[in-house]
Amino acid sequence: MRAIYILCVRQLKRYVRSPARIIGSLGQPILFLIALGFGLRAMFARAGQGNYINFLSPGIVSMAILFNAVFSGIEIIWDRQFGFLKETLVAPVSRTEIVLGRMLGGAIVAFVQGLVVFVICLIAGFRMVASPYLPLAIFFMFMIALLFAGIGTVFGSVLQDMQGFPLIINFLIMPIFFFSGALFAANGLPRVLAILLRLNPLSYGVDGLRGALINQFAFGLTTDLVVVTLLTAFLLGIGSYFFSKIQL
Amino acid sequence: MADMILVQDLVKNYGDFCAVKQISFTVPEGKIFGFLGPNGAGKTTTIKMLTTVLDPTSGKILVNGYDPTRDQKQVRRSFGIVFQDPSLDDELTAYENLDLHGVLYGVPHGERKKRIEMLIDFVGLGDRKKNFVKEFSGGMKRRLEVARALLHKPRILFLDEPTVGLDPQTRNHIWGYIQQLSKDENVTVFFTTHYMEEADRVANEVAVIDHGTIVAQSTPAALKEKTACATLEDAFIALTGHAIRAEEANATDRMRMMGRAWRGGGRR
Repeated sequence: MRAIYILCVRQLKRYVRSPARIIGSLGQPILFLIALGFGLRAMFARAGQGNYINFLSPGIVSMAILFNAVFSGIEIIWDRQFGFLKETLVAPVSRTEIVLGRMLGGAIVAFVQGLVVFVICLIAGFRMVASPYLPLAIFFMFMIALLFAGIGTVFGSVLQDMQGFPLIINFLIMPIFFFSGALFAANGLPRVLAILLRLNPLSYGVDGLRGALINQFAFGLTTDLVVVTLLTAFLLGIGSYFFSKIQL
Repeated sequence: MADMILVQDLVKNYGDFCAVKQISFTVPEGKIFGFLGPNGAGKTTTIKMLTTVLDPTSGKILVNGYDPTRDQKQVRRSFGIVFQDPSLDDELTAYENLDLHGVLYGVPHGERKKRIEMLIDFVGLGDRKKNFVKEFSGGMKRRLEVARALLHKPRILFLDEPTVGLDPQTRNHIWGYIQQLSKDENVTVFFTTHYMEEADRVANEVAVIDHGTIVAQSTPAALKEKTACATLEDAFIALTGHAIRAEEANATDRMRMMGRAWRGGGRR
């Protein structure tokens, strides 16, 4: 337990100490929020779909969490190259504790970044709907963070250096984001896209978060809860497994 | 006297390449053991296997009586290590790095505080303990790593080229302390170095490894006698030849370069 705690604290310290990183990782979500949110707002309203900023904001919050969570996992590569990983791997604690501490810390950081983006969305004009599921929004945000910290950990454990990094961004993270329903509604899509959406773990997180905030579910609350919870547990397990196999 | 480290027919293959070829040696408790060899001879690979972070292909290892492939926790509790490459968290302060180590090793709070203060003063970083490690020079980082390796009072100390980049003052200071530790508390020391004069001075026994095979093992004096050389450096060259070894840049070196470029020609 003490190892989980201290490694988690380490991630948080590193986070609050690098304002450049905090601000830097806000850039992309803000860009999407402004360009798409305001750019497509009129069209969305004309199509009779209501307020696009309201629809988009949960997607943008999910995006911020997704990127930060995956990066936190990939930080393992950085720690491997700059040596700190060795220090934790020779310590007399189980690798499971080490990786859980890392994932938890990374997830908290991603969650906090999500909250910051959420506040920015509020400033941009996002309004919550009085929904009975509102408290669940926090739950979904944190689950998205944990889930993708797990995925990031898998890649961080397997990759030896940063060469594969652009590959992960362009062929994993970007598709996960674009085919998640963060930007558009899940209904009335071409068949292939609809299937992609259904296979994408983030879709359920986005749907759950959007449902909790503005009471608009595409898959339904129960489906979102079950899928997100199970997938998160599964990926934490997979992440731990891959981390435990690291050899120096 | 019990053997603190026992290695029997240890082999490590990377694909077709055999990094360590059936080596055997023992290190008795309380001895200072120098593990010498040219670049790429298999020193670091051996240390990695002894310290549980790399699985051997075959052979037997016992560290403090435990098997690093099975009783990892007991082995890890037994040793402290200074790695060849830096292994500190640059974004934490000197104190925080040591504190994190103490927590990971289960050193109780009160004792942890006392030992951190004592060791950080010992390596001459007492007034810099609240500074971030990224502000430290290579030598200061090294000293901090030595302090960290001693924090949990290990029975064995692994030092993989611990004195690289240190000035003679610091080198003497640290070796003095380690010799004292070995004498007073019977701590076993296993170290590698390229400074033969240093090995000659501090090691009770040395082993010379080349191309994955141990080519000689004895006291430094016996080694000089056997090769009829005046210094250990000459004896070393007599044993391993004059050829300069090529060592490929590994992923770590490439990343360090990238990291340096990334951080705008950073401090390391």
